[in-house]
Parts: sequence; structure tokens; C-alpha cells
Amino acid sequence: MKSLIGILDLSTKEIDNLIHTAQDIIARPEAYREKCKGKKLATLFFEPSTRTRLSFEAAMYELGGNVLGFSEASSSSVAKGESVADTIRTVNCYADIIAMRHPKEGAPLVASVKSQVPIINAGDGGHNHPTQTLTDLLTIYREKGRLQDLTVGFCGDLKFGRTVHSLIEALSRYSGIRIVLISPDELRLPEYMQNKLSALENVTFTETKDLEEAIPKLDILYMTRVQKERFFNEADYIRLKDSYILTPEKLAEAKADMSILHPLPRVNEISVEVDDDPRACYFRQALNGKFIRMALMLMLLEIQ
Amino acid sequence: MLVNPIKNGTVLDHITAGRGMELYRILKLNELECPVAIITNAYSLKMDRKDIIKIDGEAPLDLNVIGYVDPGVTVSTIRDGDVARRIHLKLPQQITGVIRCKNPRCITSVEQELPHTFRLDDPQSRVYRCIYCESRAK
Ligand SMILES: [Zn+2]
Repeated sequence: MKSLIGILDLSTKEIDNLIHTAQDIIARPEAYREKCKGKKLATLFFEPSTRTRLSFEAAMYELGGNVLGFSEASSSSVAKGESVADTIRTVNCYADIIAMRHPKEGAPLVASVKSQVPIINAGDGGHNHPTQTLTDLLTIYREKGRLQDLTVGFCGDLKFGRTVHSLIEALSRYSGIRIVLISPDELRLPEYMQNKLSALENVTFTETKDLEEAIPKLDILYMTRVQKERFFNEADYIRLKDSYILTPEKLAEAKADMSILHPLPRVNEISVEVDDDPRACYFRQALNGKFIRMALMLMLLEIQ
Repeated sequence: MLVNPIKNGTVLDHITAGRGMELYRILKLNELECPVAIITNAYSLKMDRKDIIKIDGEAPLDLNVIGYVDPGVTVSTIRDGDVARRIHLKLPQQITGVIRCKNPRCITSVEQELPHTFRLDDPQSRVYRCIYCESRAK
């Protein structure tokens, strides 16, 4: 029995298989409509995240299974102080697989140790969110036809952005990956992540503060939100925020087939005029999230 | 200075000078009933000065804890006055119950009964990370 807690729990072979299955689901959805008949997914959302929960639930319904669960801690026994381990023991009686979101880092790992059924980490605080990373990988694969030999720019908050760290870790297992880190000084990629990257032979990385300067080389541009709370003072935030907002003007020098990704929800870091640009992938990315979650649940439930 | 040789027990040798008391405390050797000797600042050919701990009796020792506090220590088990086994410690891959995770966002901050376990992430700079939240041990 396998769980998914962090993206590196999966080998690149397993990720390739998931992408392959997801592509097959997209091509022949009818072949999958009864694959999970009689199976139940429990969505245990100790903190609300409507987008992620709906994606998991839609995925299970499209596989012919059922869904139970809760969408915030206040409506569950957790509000009365029940431990993660006890909640999991109870839910094990009713569900075949569990998707769990929790505000505390490491809670899904605790769950996976106690659980008799697979646990999928649907986000634990600012720590891991592996199904987002799988979504990003499927999107890159569908847009580019490969996961190797790519120049990938990460723009915005590279310090606290967990989706960034996790996608960098996932991509750095492929060959010919060139990473371009685009951020203000305050939000640079943490040093320990930079050290890890430096130690790899198949990955090169460069750092810049200038999005416009970096953009012409990129195959993929991964945008993240620059949040006001991350700055010590308002003046710094106002000075910097516009530099990291993607506009049609900044796209002028970009490759014609560059793909723009964003984990969503967006606030203002990509101006709405960009939405109609064929290079904008972020809404397709959300749809990919459902397909890769379908593939993941099939894999964890060991359904062929 | 003379400490009588022990018959059955354990000798922790090559402890970094000054670390002997720390090990004594962390290993809770004060709770043992048998004689325990701590020698500090002993002369050493290999390391100039060192500390030594001699335990004259049975003592369950967590070698991972010793390896974490001071990876250069040699642990000798003494049987009938002879060295029955000698282990040169290394940095342990994983330690439980020695250090606590201080990250307020970590699940261990709300669930008191969870063991605090850390995994060796970078042997070169001796970095350990919490298995739950991956914060660096301070
Ligand atoms: Zn922790």
C-alpha cells in the first residue's frame, strides 16, 4: 500500500506512468467511467480549499466511485480536539482512499503511518502539495511533449512558494533542465534549495531580478503571487510588485510557443489581457489537475 | 589519576573534551544504579584532550543519540574485563526523542504524543531535518 506525501515519493518512472494514464483518460474517458465502481474517496479537509477538493471529488465521480468527507475542521470531530491518528482510524472503516488537507506541516505523513488505505496529501500548510506538482508536470508534458530539455522560468515569490520548490525538485530529475529564477532579493529561492541545485549535473540555474530580460529564452514561465505580507514595508511592496506582473507588453519578446503556468488562484500577477493569449495555460492546467488525480487514484488503488 | 578498570560494562572513549557532562545528562546516566566515572580533559595521543565515561554495569545506551551529540566517540563493551566489542560511531541516519521541532507550523506543535524524529539531510554540514515538516534542526 502506497501513499503520496511529497512529490519525491514517486519515481520518474511512476510519474511517466501517471502522465501516460492521464493522457489515455483524456483520449478515451468512457473506458474509465466504471473503474472505481464501489470505491469511496474520503476528502478530509481540515482547512478549506474548494478548488482542490472539487478537483478530487470530480475525479472520483468520473471514475464511477463515491465521495464522503468534510470541508473544514469546524464541522468535524477535530474541532473537539481529536488527533489525526484517531480521525484516520475511524475514516479507514468507511473509505478506500483518503485525500487530506491540513494546516499543519507533516499531518498527512502522520496519517499515512496509521492508515490502512492510501493517503494523498492535498496540501499541508506551506509544505507539500504533490498533486499540484503532478498537475504542473502533466501540463508541461501536454504543452511541450516532453519533460526534459526545457528552459523553465520561475517568477515571483520563490522563497515561500511551495509549488515552486516542489516543481523544481521534480524537474531536476530530468535531463537538460535549465532553471531561471526571477524574483526580488527579498523573495529569492532559499539557499539550501540553491545548494541542492548546484550539486546536480543535469540542471543549470541562473538568477535575475528582471522578468523582461529573462523572458525571451524561456520555454515555460511559471508565475506565482507576490504577497504583500511577505514584505517588511508597504513601500518595498509597491516598488516591486509591478515588476513581477505579467502583461502583454512583457510578453512581446517571448517565444511564440512559450507556455505560461500559474497554480491559481491568481490575484493580479497576470493581467487579464494575457488570458486570451494562446500561450496562457493556467486554465487548461486546472483541468489537467482532475485528469492527473484520476490517474493517481487508479495507481494508488492498484486498479489497472 | 586512576579509575579502576571495569569488569562488565561500557566505556565511551574519545569524547570531544568538554562534551562528557553533556553526554552524561542526555543519556540520563544519573538514573543508573551502577558506578559511573566521568574523566574530563584526559590526555590523548589522537586528539590532545578528550573526555571518557566509564559505566561499571549494564546500561541501555542509544548509540544514535551518542553519535548525534558527538560522532567521534568509540563505544567499547567490556565483558569479564576484556573488550568484547568496539564500535566507532558515525552520524546517525535518524534520531528520535533527542531534539524537538521548533517550527510552530509543524504537526508536532499540536499533537503532543508524536515522537520528534529527525533525519540526516546533509552529513557534511550535519544538517538534520524534521521528518514531518522538514525544518532544519537548530
Ligand atoms: Zn517539524
